[in-house]
Amino acid sequence: MKQQLIKARNLHKYYAVKSGYLQPAQSLKALAGASFDLYEGKTLAVVGESGCGKSTLARLLTMIEEPTSGQLSIDNIDVAETTEKSIKKQLRQTVQMVFQDPFGSLNPRQKIGNIIQEPLIINTNFSANERHQQVLEMMELVGLRNEHFQRYPHMFSGGQRQRIAIARALILKPKVVILDEPVSALDVSIQAQVINLLIELQQELGLAYVFISHDLSVVRHISDQVMVMYLGKPVEQGPNKAVFNNPQHPYTQALLSATPQADVEGKRQRIKLTGELPSPIDPPSGCAFNPRCQYADKNCQLHEPVMELYGDSRVSCLAVAQQRIGQLKAS
Amino acid sequence: MALLEIANLTVEFATATGSLRAVDGINLSVDEGEILAIVGESGSGKSVAMLALMGLLPWTAKVSADSMLFDGQDLLSMDDRQRRKIIGKDISMIFQEPMTSLNPCFTVGYQITEVLCQHFGGSRRSYNNRAIELLHQVGIPAAETRLNAYPHQLSGGMCQRVMIAMMIACQPKLLIADEPTTALDVTIQAQILELLIELQQSHGMALILITHDMAVVAETAEHVVVLYAGQQVEQRSVKELFKSPQHPYSEALLNALPERAQEKLLNAIPGVVPGQMDRPKGCLFNPRCSYAQEMCRQQPPELRDGILCHYPLAMPNPSMRKDPDLDVRTQ
Ligand SMILES: Nc1ncnc2c1ncn2[C@@H]1O[C@H](COP(=O)(O)OP(=O)(O)OP(=O)(O)O)[C@@H](O)[C@H]1O
Ligand SMILES: Nc1ncnc2c1ncn2[C@@H]1O[C@H](COP(=O)(O)OP(=O)(O)OP(=O)(O)O)[C@@H](O)[C@H]1O
Ligand code: SF4
Ligand SMILES: [Mg+2]
Ligand SMILES: [Mg+2]
Repeated sequence: MKQQLIKARNLHKYYAVKSGYLQPAQSLKALAGASFDLYEGKTLAVVGESGCGKSTLARLLTMIEEPTSGQLSIDNIDVAETTEKSIKKQLRQTVQMVFQDPFGSLNPRQKIGNIIQEPLIINTNFSANERHQQVLEMMELVGLRNEHFQRYPHMFSGGQRQRIAIARALILKPKVVILDEPVSALDVSIQAQVINLLIELQQELGLAYVFISHDLSVVRHISDQVMVMYLGKPVEQGPNKAVFNNPQHPYTQALLSATPQADVEGKRQRIKLTGELPSPIDPPSGCAFNPRCQYADKNCQLHEPVMELYGDSRVSCLAVAQQRIGQLKAS
Repeated sequence: MALLEIANLTVEFATATGSLRAVDGINLSVDEGEILAIVGESGSGKSVAMLALMGLLPWTAKVSADSMLFDGQDLLSMDDRQRRKIIGKDISMIFQEPMTSLNPCFTVGYQITEVLCQHFGGSRRSYNNRAIELLHQVGIPAAETRLNAYPHQLSGGMCQRVMIAMMIACQPKLLIADEPTTALDVTIQAQILELLIELQQSHGMALILITHDMAVVAETAEHVVVLYAGQQVEQRSVKELFKSPQHPYSEALLNALPERAQEKLLNAIPGVVPGQMDRPKGCLFNPRCSYAQEMCRQQPPELRDGILCHYPLAMPNPSMRKDPDLDVRTQ
């Protein structure tokens, strides 16, 4: 039986924002109800448009921020209920993160070796020698060479910098790695190298990934489970095959049909989404997607749909509930 | 006769570490109303080539070409004043970063009417209706009220539309779009690409689309130029390129796509694009090429039938080409 590493239930994160000086603070619902389970060796992909709350979720999972409400367990320990510092520290080590920008996320004045061993210095009591050894092992694991230890980040290409960031994230031997757009800034040929590295590391170490991305062709390739978010809320989630072969939520369908495909044979029917992502400060009433949805009716403006199981996926849509939605032609 | 005809375009930058050849002998030909894609990895010279055409490079750049004809006129021999008459009116360019190319200090309406004044004369006010019409054309809702909006009040997708509105204001014969959708969400990307194609069709405008996304090429362009390290390695119809690429780099680029993976690991291209300092002898792609032979390591190939390779892939006996010593995976 695979070990359950993350259990998230109804996670919410609200931010207080001011739209102007002297204006009262309003509540911005950056994340409004995310639930999922993540098991050892598995990948959950989180997809959705800019501002839908993907990075917010990442900050909750890495315990950088606390959820406004909801329950989060890491390694079967409830994060909110643990007060003991040592356990919190251990949980923090269990979940590590790799950021999107391989240029911004590394300190330019530090040598690669030091960047990678910094978490060891902060979190462990290993001797300098032991640390050095561990860093060299880790560098080899991610495909960096020994002599890179003494170099600075600017001497590396984007793909190599992302390898450095991955090495740093893995040095504390986490069980879960949150990858926030890990390959978006990379070129196609380098992107493939980094994705392969992630796949190999997962197979070797049994890591669980939360893979945040807006690139659906990458997500389709790498993920086991997929969670599609819109304006802070998951709208569809399920196994990779179910979501990609039989997308049910109108937003998932639109997202898939909007993704260009590297295929010159036959043009697909594209679902046109009108309008833009509304503001999360003042989300539309009822279903948040209703102003852009081709299936929306009166009910959709009045009632908020909830996640329910249809087939293999959970979907939150009134039209799906009423079976008013046709299938997206498989691509 | 082609609308734009460029032969052997070369751009060299004088840098602190010596001369840098950013564009190395590119040939382009664009017909009226045609869509040509230029694809290549970061740093391959896509933007620099187009900026050279527009005459927008800094003085450190040395531009040369055998010929550069637009609409029968020779851009090379033309003086700056004549050139400026064409650039901006008959040829327009959408730059890579939309946020930075709109002036934050002026309203959208001001910026559009200003462009019209510059090219057609008259007062800005007289163009108000035309500006509204243009914003309407690019799909901005409630265009009348947006005239007074500043760029920061609009989303990224909206800014990109405003840019396009400005660029088509003079009904150019050729529009160059430099990564017009890279920073945008997929659903907005789909809208913008559709808009560009619509304009190309309704106005008979030619379009050069710069991108690093093979899927975007597949879905929009008729012809494609593939760049590698400043050189043009292949020029074909898009259909042909996707069915049977002839340059090893084009093939490798297509094979690296997640969609084309046969198994869990992707077909990554080993190594990285050479930089200014580590340009290999012979073919620039040879250290990464799975077909490279001794000849490739010694002699730079010459462009033949639009392909820059000693051993193009359409050769009768492909098994002859593969170098058994070079294992792509383990490198
Ligand atoms: N510290 C904060 N204070 C106030 N608002 C915030 C804060 N962090 C995020 N937000 C808002 O919360 C929403 C979700 O942001 P988040 O960064 O999670 O989006 P995202 O899905 O990661 O987007 P992207 O794809 O652009 O990275 C956005 O509207 C954002 O502006
Ligand atoms: N003003 C400049 N001075 C010196 N070198 C330059 C200058 N502008 C560009 N370069 C160099 O020329 C090469 C080609 O750059 P270019 O911007 O054309 O790449 P690109 O293909 O557009 O890449 P991207 O996909 O990242 O936009 C790069 O190596 C770049 O560093
Ligand atoms: S010339 Fe040789 S090394 Fe270069 S692409 Fe062709 S086969 Fe590969
Ligand atoms: Mg984010
Ligand atoms: Mg560029």
